[in-house]
Amino acid sequence: MAQKTYAGKTIEVNEEGYLLNVSDWSKEIAVEMAKEGGIDLTGKHFEVLEYLRKEQAVGTALSIRKVGKSGIVDIKGLYELFPGGPLKYSSKYAGIPKPASCV
Amino acid sequence: MTEKNSETPLKKLMIICAKGTIEDVYAALIMANGAVMEGIEAKLFFTFFGLDAITKKYMNKLHTATVGNPAMRMPGGLAFPSLLGVIPGVEAGVSAMMRKQMDELDIPPVDEFLEMIIAGGGEVYACKLAVDMFKLTIEDLSEHTKAIITVGDLYAMSGGEGSQIIFV
Repeated sequence: MAQKTYAGKTIEVNEEGYLLNVSDWSKEIAVEMAKEGGIDLTGKHFEVLEYLRKEQAVGTALSIRKVGKSGIVDIKGLYELFPGGPLKYSSKYAGIPKPASCV
Repeated sequence: MTEKNSETPLKKLMIICAKGTIEDVYAALIMANGAVMEGIEAKLFFTFFGLDAITKKYMNKLHTATVGNPAMRMPGGLAFPSLLGVIPGVEAGVSAMMRKQMDELDIPPVDEFLEMIIAGGGEVYACKLAVDMFKLTIEDLSEHTKAIITVGDLYAMSGGEGSQIIFV
């Protein structure tokens, strides 16, 4: 497994760059990870990330449809926040495993 | 699973759906939605019986075939007798059950699914020949339909490096 340094902290990531330990995550790490992907995180981004972390923690099978119904952002808005990969990028920056979801 | 650096990554998909059963339409919808979620440009082209998927009257009431479908089984795995499939109401019941099971997996009804695909930048087209054949107009089609186009138009928008056409 690979290691990456974000916000001065060395953390373990998988080959796609997803954090191996959900507990390693911090807002600072998210900001740097997202910057690597060309996204400047805003408050709205963080609302999505926090939602994903909360749902993942209770074992919810995540999908863009769920995020779209969360009341935080609709699906179109989610695509605008995380262009080219609404679920794969948001979950990456949320520090959770990539959801094995087809929707 | 793992993202690999393929030599020519897939950039663009044209998915043609020519059938109107639940399984055929959803195969097309899931592929299109999965594409836009991965940043791949996706267009859907509905033709012949596939038009049911974008026809307001039928789109959320698609059926699966209970006759002539060897993969059709009873809950529990026993073979589903074709003769049972011809009884009025059985096909509707089986189809409703299938839609319910999909809903539990977070797979939305057809209109909502189209909306999700469009939210991701996907586009939905209807086949002109089939629309004429079924005597439909744009008014009969879902508002998600961008245009009624010819096969020539379809090819014109399917080109480019990393493009694929998929026929369902």
